[in-house]
Amino acid sequence: MTDEQSGRGGAPPLLELTGVSKSFGGVTALRDVDFTLYPGEIHGLVGENGAGKSTMMKIIAGVHHDFEGVMKIRGVETRLRSARDALASSIGMVHQELSIVPELSVAENVFLGKQPLTTLGIVDWPRMNREAKALIASLGLDIDPAAAMGTLPVGLQQLVELSRVLFSGAQIIILDEPTSALSPPEIRQLFDVLRRLRSEGRSIIFISHFLDDVLAISDRVTVFRNGKKVITDETRKLTKDAVIAHMIGRGSIDMHMGEDAMLAGDDSKPVVLSLENVGDGRTLHDFSIELRAGEITGVYGFMGSGQIELARALFGKLPLRRGSVKLDGKPVRFRSTAGARKAGIAFLPENRQMMLFRTEPVFKNVSIAILDRIHRLLVKPAEEKRITEGHIKDLQIRPPRTEIALGSLSGGNQQKVALAKWLTHLPKVLVLSEPTRGMDVGAKEDVIRIVKSLRDKGVAILVLSAEPETILTLADRVTVMKKGTVARQFSSGKIEKADLLAAA
Amino acid sequence: MRNIAPVITLIALVIFFSFASSTFFTLDNAFNIIRQLSITGIIAVGLTYVILTAEIDLSVAAVANAIGITVAYFTIQPDYVNIANVPMQGWIAVILALLAALAIGLVTAGGITIIGIPSFIMTLAMMQIANGMSALLVRGQIAYSYPEIVTTLGSGTAFRIPIGVDAAGKAAFIPIGWTIIVCLAFLVAGHIVLKYTRYGRYIYMVGGNREAAEYSGVNVKLIIGSVMVICAMCSGVAGMLGVAYFGSAQQNQFDTFLLDAIAAVVVGGTSLFGGRGGIGNTIIGLLVLGVVNNGLDHIQIDSFLKILIRGLILLAALIINIYAQKLRESG
Repeated sequence: MTDEQSGRGGAPPLLELTGVSKSFGGVTALRDVDFTLYPGEIHGLVGENGAGKSTMMKIIAGVHHDFEGVMKIRGVETRLRSARDALASSIGMVHQELSIVPELSVAENVFLGKQPLTTLGIVDWPRMNREAKALIASLGLDIDPAAAMGTLPVGLQQLVELSRVLFSGAQIIILDEPTSALSPPEIRQLFDVLRRLRSEGRSIIFISHFLDDVLAISDRVTVFRNGKKVITDETRKLTKDAVIAHMIGRGSIDMHMGEDAMLAGDDSKPVVLSLENVGDGRTLHDFSIELRAGEITGVYGFMGSGQIELARALFGKLPLRRGSVKLDGKPVRFRSTAGARKAGIAFLPENRQMMLFRTEPVFKNVSIAILDRIHRLLVKPAEEKRITEGHIKDLQIRPPRTEIALGSLSGGNQQKVALAKWLTHLPKVLVLSEPTRGMDVGAKEDVIRIVKSLRDKGVAILVLSAEPETILTLADRVTVMKKGTVARQFSSGKIEKADLLAAA
Repeated sequence: MRNIAPVITLIALVIFFSFASSTFFTLDNAFNIIRQLSITGIIAVGLTYVILTAEIDLSVAAVANAIGITVAYFTIQPDYVNIANVPMQGWIAVILALLAALAIGLVTAGGITIIGIPSFIMTLAMMQIANGMSALLVRGQIAYSYPEIVTTLGSGTAFRIPIGVDAAGKAAFIPIGWTIIVCLAFLVAGHIVLKYTRYGRYIYMVGGNREAAEYSGVNVKLIIGSVMVICAMCSGVAGMLGVAYFGSAQQNQFDTFLLDAIAAVVVGGTSLFGGRGGIGNTIIGLLVLGVVNNGLDHIQIDSFLKILIRGLILLAALIINIYAQKLRESG
């Protein structure tokens, strides 16, 4: 307590939480947490999934208001009842999933719902564009306010959203996983903007899984574990290893997991799927790759480098206009996802919600991809549940119940259910897009173990990711993708994170 | 039962009309209500499938009309009917009419799944096209004859239930029409397919989360196309029975069936956003609709006011449904 108060030379805290607890139907999500945010501070917030970060942010942002404990803003006890309330108390949040309208212009997005009007009551376009430009320029950026939001790179979209929050007068800005979709230059740009905001006296809460980013930008860091605050300390006194140790509460794990890898590409293994100079007419062009049985091929690239399109093309969701695809040496062309599935391709999209049914029970989520194999005509729920129980056991899905709605599982367990869909009958090719993104350390390790065991069973696996750690942890060979095509391939020997970053 | 609110609405309406009118709560009238519902019921089965996948079919009534007229067009008409028709044997006429319904369904399915026209607009166009078929086939005339099987199923009596003796001392019966039997058969078959077959599961999953179904390797377009075909076929059968039930085949005679069928499905609690509901809900919805339509005829009020009251009751039923659903989701 005392070290926190002395941290900022005695300036009164902007935001202060004391003894805050919050539970959901008997499950405690947050237990007796104290948290202080000073003016002109960037405060990093880390912890595994489910550690309580999001719950606390939602309390600060006015989403949850039935919590125990005291919240003070500028020394005044406050209880925010809505996001609007929070904004009125100058608290703004930029979510991981940006709430932008891609079809509207940058200026319209900045002023969404509050467009300046002329005396006639119609939108004052010149003024809106001028003010949007000025606002964006105050962040040190040069963006055409008339450009359609959707045409900007994600990094700039995020900064425009940030400027919207600033326009609303936010003094406390909560950033949720702001760097997860950004390339290193974009991260540098974001950090420049954050430092500028800090120098203006605004305070930033920076929530992230990327510890390097947190340690690079924060003044202080708070670590959560199991709904409790473990520590708040000045960043300069912390190391990445120390933060990880606080997060997981164990002595040591392999801290350098994913920093480098020994590749083990084996050209004697048979090629299962090969792409030759394929293109979709837009993002992908002249892309070639070979996937071998019993190997994990990693494709690394920044967001927007064409990985998403590649994955969809392989699963029959996106038509390829050029090049050829061969499965087991025979030319194939998938016109639908059903066709790809029947040919033996399985796909896990980067956003697990895209392949899961939140309100349906777990067993129906698992069985949907194999219904035609277990049922001729009539459904047999007992058989579906039996199969699902096997997967729950193998993958250690918690809670181990087939009948509960999928939406009540944690993110990591949902990801395991998504994987389980494809495991009853082994696919020939498994395409995984960002298989461990946004997962806590424990769930990540489980998924990595599952994927590696599938490889050992002879499945040809393609892992696409914008996180070098994911690629380096999993891959036997690596293709670096840049602007829709192959930038570099690595098939054997030692490879480091820096090699990937340098090639992309 | 997915949603208890429609059942409560139904019970409340029955109680209300029983007190408001002495002639409402009788066995005779109960069968009356069911008889009046049976054509709508057949259409509602197909529409339930469509709405469960989060699509809509606005052409059901027009298709029913067109197919009813088609079957009459291929039947010998009395001399006074002035239609340039093409008489065929009864079973051929029925098959041709069913093929016409299939063709309409396939065009709708193709427009939605292959070309990508939203079902709302596509079926609006098909409604107009079906109306055009009706107009061209009868040219403002009225047809009165249908194949024997259609006449039997549409207006014939399957059996009679004895209910004791009437005031004059003669044995009294309630006749059960074939339309009721056909409607029940459609409802039961519709329910079994939805709840117990793989195809039914796909319909719910596609309606619940179309993207997830597609990423699970389900052929979403095939499912959506097929429900549009099923719906057109149901409408076609309803149309054939309907013209026999009415005793005449002419234009615009099914106009009220579109809203009735949609109302029955939605009042019953099947979600317009797909994935929730089923035939059980549709049966309750049909009964709510039947009780409202029939009950209002049994009480003494301005008949012009009844139209408004009917609308208000349906609106109230929908509001109750939505609130009950929200309560369930938050609780």
